[in-house]
Amino acid sequence: MGLNGLTLAVPRGALFGSTLDLLDRLGVDTAEVRANDRKLLFEDAGLVTMRPSDVPTYVEAGAADLGITGKDVLAEQSERAVYELVDLRFGPCVMIFATTAGDDRAAEALRRLGVMRVATKYPRIARRHFDRTGRQAEIVEVKGSVELAPLTGLVEGIVDLTATGTTLRENGLVVREEILASTARLIANPVAHKLRAAEIDDVVARVREALA
Amino acid sequence: MHAVTERVRRVFDAHGYGEIHTPALEYEQVLVRGDPAAADPAYKLFDEQGNVLVLRSDMTIPIARVVSARYAHAEMPLRFCYVAHAYRSVRPQRGQDREMLQAGVELVGAPAPEGTAEALEVLCTALDAVGLEGYRIGLGDASLYPALLDAHAVPEAARVKILHELGTRDFVGVEREVGGLRLGPEATATLTGVPQRRGGMEVLEGVGPAADRLRAVVERLSPAVAARVIFDLGLSRPLAYYTGAVFEVYDAALGAPLGGGRYDDLLGRFGRALPAVGWALNVERLHIALVGEHGRGETLLAAEAAAAAAQRLRAGSEAPAATGGDQAPWA
Repeated sequence: MGLNGLTLAVPRGALFGSTLDLLDRLGVDTAEVRANDRKLLFEDAGLVTMRPSDVPTYVEAGAADLGITGKDVLAEQSERAVYELVDLRFGPCVMIFATTAGDDRAAEALRRLGVMRVATKYPRIARRHFDRTGRQAEIVEVKGSVELAPLTGLVEGIVDLTATGTTLRENGLVVREEILASTARLIANPVAHKLRAAEIDDVVARVREALA
Repeated sequence: MHAVTERVRRVFDAHGYGEIHTPALEYEQVLVRGDPAAADPAYKLFDEQGNVLVLRSDMTIPIARVVSARYAHAEMPLRFCYVAHAYRSVRPQRGQDREMLQAGVELVGAPAPEGTAEALEVLCTALDAVGLEGYRIGLGDASLYPALLDAHAVPEAARVKILHELGTRDFVGVEREVGGLRLGPEATATLTGVPQRRGGMEVLEGVGPAADRLRAVVERLSPAVAARVIFDLGLSRPLAYYTGAVFEVYDAALGAPLGGGRYDDLLGRFGRALPAVGWALNVERLHIALVGEHGRGETLLAAEAAAAAAQRLRAGSEAPAATGGDQAPWA
């Protein structure tokens, strides 16, 4: 049982709890992971913990055979050569385009200036979305709270991830467009996917069973 | 690196492959003729007459051009090999090289199962010769999944989407798109399940004539090479000129494929309808995998031993189909 000797990259953060619950159902002993906030590598259980956005990096390089991360992360890093195997259905959230409530300042900027400014932590998803919909946008990449940017006049709109919309509402922002629905995904390294096919297929089958 | 290319060249020699040199610069319109997608090279420049020149992104299309221009009436099959640089775009800060050294072959004018089998034999002999031990060959067929989509009468729009999801390795996306077709449980299970199949002969059950083509290839391989093969029904390669068998080389010591090959009808686009099969190994990645397998100092000794062992194995089994010469240097 367990992970058949495979290494799994586990995302810390919003997906952490549901990921560990899933692992429990697969028969992986997660007690040590739950007890240790600072330790990152759990060799006995075959787990490495990291930020969700680092998961595709480790899996692509083969430092982990499997990984769990959000579709939002995979869409932002779409060039990573990893296999997307299963939709795990937990951690649902939506990538949205939002502006301050009231008049749409972004539409106003487009009409008057031909270009709008958009703050985001997901520059590639934002760029693709505005390219596809034929609007010119100056993408401002920020690392911290994106909601702050339109309130200070830095930008007219934001592209960000929201689960419940609470933070948006509390900062007086309204959703104008939904770009992408995201849930957690199980991903695999392309070489491990071939060379350890039986082990991976077995984990996938048990994951599907646990989800059913 | 030198030891690697040296050994690979000896294998090429022993199998009767002649080394070909083509210019690093090609006319853009030549590459477009081979494949519009391949003609998306990273580096373009103009000559003094305003022609668009590009740095080649692989050797396949340049060789196809040479064959149709200079070997239009030559007797088939033709065996070419190369150790040459190709150029590609990179994403910054990813440790990728803009210039990569490729070692490969093109076998022109050999019919499908025999040609593919010969290419695989040469490939494995070359990998044995450089001393790689844990490698495997993933073998698929580029037309297998499209044929399956046709058999289920999948409309063109959905077909494009499904093939896109497959090409970006997104099985969740394949499931979503196939599920959207409402084909009934059996067809849905086939269309989502088949591209995820990989393993031995058993994965070839019930997937139509493409499976027979794959079986025909493996039946022609020597046992040592056949043991390296993993069937991979989801294997797809990004370039549109792949029409038949496709293969990729994996090694557990490296998280990325070492190289790949394919069987196709690319030459038809250059005037003479000839089948061709070829592969290219990324020499730098091969070197990294070797170091990963053996550690630095032992690489060459291990290579000698492995080559000798492989030679003994081959001598014990059936001789390879088309060894062009008997001057194998390590015999």
